[in-house]
Amino acid sequence: MKAFGAFIRKEYYHIIRDPRSLLILIGMPIVQVILFGFAITNEIVDAKISILDKSKDAVTQEISNKILSTKYFLLSEYLEDSKQIAQSFKKGEIKLALVFEDGFAEKLHKNENPSIQIITDATDPNTAATLSNYISRILVDYQGQIALNSFTPGGIKVVTRMEYNPQLKGVYLFVPGTIVIILMLISAMMTSISIAREKEKGTMEILLVSPLKPFMIIVGKVIPYIFLSLTNAITILLLGVFVFGLPIRGNYFLLFFEITLFIITSLSLGIFISTKVKTQQEALLISLMGLMLPTIILSGFIYPLESMPKLLQYASDVIPAKWFLIMIRNIMIKGVDIRYILNETLILLGMTVLLMMLSIKSFKIRLE
Amino acid sequence: MKHKYIVQVSKLTKKFGSFTAVDKISFNVSKGEIFGFLGANGAGKTTAIKMLIGLSKPTSGDAIVAGFDVVKEPEKVKYKIGYMSQKFSLYDDLKVFENIRMYAGIYGIPKKEINSKIDNLIQELGMEAMRNNLVGDLPLGWKQKLAFAVAMVHNPTVVFLDEPTSGVDPITRRQFWEMIYKASEKGTTIFITTHYLDEAEYCTRASIMVDGVIKALDTPKNLKENFGVKSMKEVFVKLARG
Amino acid sequence: MLNENQLMNKAFVNINKVSKSYGEVQALNDINFSVDESELFGLIGPDGAGKTTLIRILITMLLPSSGSASINGMDVVKDFKKLRHLIGYMPGTFSLYEDLTVAENLNFFATIFNTTVKNNYHLIKDIYQQIEPFKDRRAGNLSGGMKQKLALSCALIHKPEILFLDEPTTGIDAVSRVELWDMLKELKKQNLTIIVSTPYMDEAQLCDRVAFMQKGEVMEINTPQQIVEDFDTPLYAVKGNNFYNLLLDLRKMELTKTAFPFGDSIHLTTFEKYDSAILNDLIMKFTGQRTHTERINANIEDCFMEKMLRNEA
Repeated sequence: MKAFGAFIRKEYYHIIRDPRSLLILIGMPIVQVILFGFAITNEIVDAKISILDKSKDAVTQEISNKILSTKYFLLSEYLEDSKQIAQSFKKGEIKLALVFEDGFAEKLHKNENPSIQIITDATDPNTAATLSNYISRILVDYQGQIALNSFTPGGIKVVTRMEYNPQLKGVYLFVPGTIVIILMLISAMMTSISIAREKEKGTMEILLVSPLKPFMIIVGKVIPYIFLSLTNAITILLLGVFVFGLPIRGNYFLLFFEITLFIITSLSLGIFISTKVKTQQEALLISLMGLMLPTIILSGFIYPLESMPKLLQYASDVIPAKWFLIMIRNIMIKGVDIRYILNETLILLGMTVLLMMLSIKSFKIRLE
Repeated sequence: MKHKYIVQVSKLTKKFGSFTAVDKISFNVSKGEIFGFLGANGAGKTTAIKMLIGLSKPTSGDAIVAGFDVVKEPEKVKYKIGYMSQKFSLYDDLKVFENIRMYAGIYGIPKKEINSKIDNLIQELGMEAMRNNLVGDLPLGWKQKLAFAVAMVHNPTVVFLDEPTSGVDPITRRQFWEMIYKASEKGTTIFITTHYLDEAEYCTRASIMVDGVIKALDTPKNLKENFGVKSMKEVFVKLARG
Repeated sequence: MLNENQLMNKAFVNINKVSKSYGEVQALNDINFSVDESELFGLIGPDGAGKTTLIRILITMLLPSSGSASINGMDVVKDFKKLRHLIGYMPGTFSLYEDLTVAENLNFFATIFNTTVKNNYHLIKDIYQQIEPFKDRRAGNLSGGMKQKLALSCALIHKPEILFLDEPTTGIDAVSRVELWDMLKELKKQNLTIIVSTPYMDEAQLCDRVAFMQKGEVMEINTPQQIVEDFDTPLYAVKGNNFYNLLLDLRKMELTKTAFPFGDSIHLTTFEKYDSAILNDLIMKFTGQRTHTERINANIEDCFMEKMLRNEA
């Protein structure tokens, strides 16, 4: 046991005596969260729109005003003719055009479901979708309002619902996403590199010749990184909560249990990689290309999995980050308890056990 | 203007912060000499060689190599010198002839001449059968000979050899020295470092560096006589131990 | 049967028909020898001779492709766990943690072997004292000689019964080499069995017995004295003014078997025995140089080269 303590102390020295790497390890999560938070935000502000109001009644006026009074939209111009719509788009002046049909208020009162046409510039599909979602949301609000005020039976034909994230805030997406990336990076990449370094420098040979058990070498290697990863997860969560106003609606213990579970999964992955490589360079390349890329693309962090081809959707099932992301979003944003994410937890647990077994099995007690 | 010496070093100094790695060393090397540059690990040999081949800028002092100032005209110096390090500067994943072709190309040997140059070199080395082998698959001794030949591909005035014989068998080591003698006979100046002190006996003159300073410089015969010992190894140990 | 048993008991290390191949490359071919307790045994040979592979098999780091080996009666394959407690090992490249201080390295290696520096300080005292003034310095900032002393201290701190050193003197200057061999001599007095590999032929003289290795095979095993005595080819040292031409000319002479440069003279072996003076006259006549020739005793390197040439023939 004393030997084990000595091993962990040694690992601790390695980490703190490399201040540059340590700075990156601690600073990276902060920079990433801030980058995602401010630069790659999904929120769109001051999008220019045109309105073609064929009805020009009190209701259409009120809806228009409501839309234009939000921070999301700015009026480019009122159009007179539907031909002008295409021109506006071509000139690149507007991102979205609204068309109110004739006799809007009248139809509304007669309970005839008048329609609003939302035309978007889908050359940038993400922006287009987001903007039309904003409009839908505003219309739903308006409907609720008139329903309360005047008890009019009619309704406007909009059915989109934005549950849990009514403002479509990016923070809901990128904070859990950043946690995934950072944990993966630190746990998997750093452990695989640090084990590969011992191989490269020849110290692994001396460790193996010693009576130290391989299992102890592995566990000793990962323990410091568990702490580092947990610290980072907490930093990101705090930033999310206090800087970006992210809620944590679920149970804290459950959240930390899942985070720790995912850290261990990533560490097992890192150890597994390290058993297959000889140099730090290989370890770095494999963790970056083999882990980071699939994690970013297939975890549902940036690209919605539902819109991917079936094949990629199946592929995403083997990405641990996918399951973790589902759980962490559910806990933080929906506030669910363990019963709702039991499946995901079990899947991740299964993956971890499998990876652990694989890596302990392929950890060589000899050279070659 | 022609210089009398091929390597002319005067009060050459290199400091790293407060640490003086090379401390005002001065010496001259004549054409065709085999100059042994000896010293303990960390004595400053590598730093000195780096300055002489134009890779590191001296803190003070002068060095003229093959007629050019290493500080003012390092690029010109580079065309006149050959360099072979202990790691050999060959590409393991290129074939024997590809390695020669590449280095010949780097040193600006005209395209027309390159092919005949390759053939000559390979023939001279007796490597005809290995022409198309990857260098990585060659035995150490062959790699070493090829590395020397490649360092000489542009007929340099002076060639710097940094521990070229580490770890090779005694016969190959001697064959390598014969290549050195041959080059020296042809007028190439050889500047060599080694840890095999019997090899120091083969040098025309040898210098022994201790803590950044050249403690002794003479022919092996005179050095042994002056220190009253029988071998260069004893001279070295006496000096380096202080 | 009894005889063989006695032999087995006496030998501390037994290597029996050990071969090792990597794909098509035969790294070791049918190695057989034994090393006695508290013997200083040298594996002498150039890079690629198989020295490192053999050492790695003995320290349980590699499995032999065939054959078996044992240390103190324990098999290097089956009993590797037990063996790892009594093996001390110093690899060829400096393999300690460069970002840890001298003292931290030493403590670490003591602890992973379940002992303390204090317990076994007497074992390393002579060596460690020389670097103790620098105990708070990071290992990466030590000079080559000091690194080596630290590595040796770390390899000894758990009181091993056998010490393996893989090319401890490669790339190290002559002074540090002399110091290292002095240290090994001292260790031998403590009844430690030592197996050391080196490409430097002159170091063979410092071993009790040596194995000459070349291309994965053992060419000769004996005491250095006996190897030198067994050299039966007539050997002469020839000196002359034009060293290189003399060498080339000597090779052209019909009486010459081999001619190799050796320090400040050329070592000449001949097919027949000559009187030095007569031989010198023959050489002067043939080369037209003033030369000096004397009959000499072979050194280890002469012997190694002769064995190499005989093996290749």
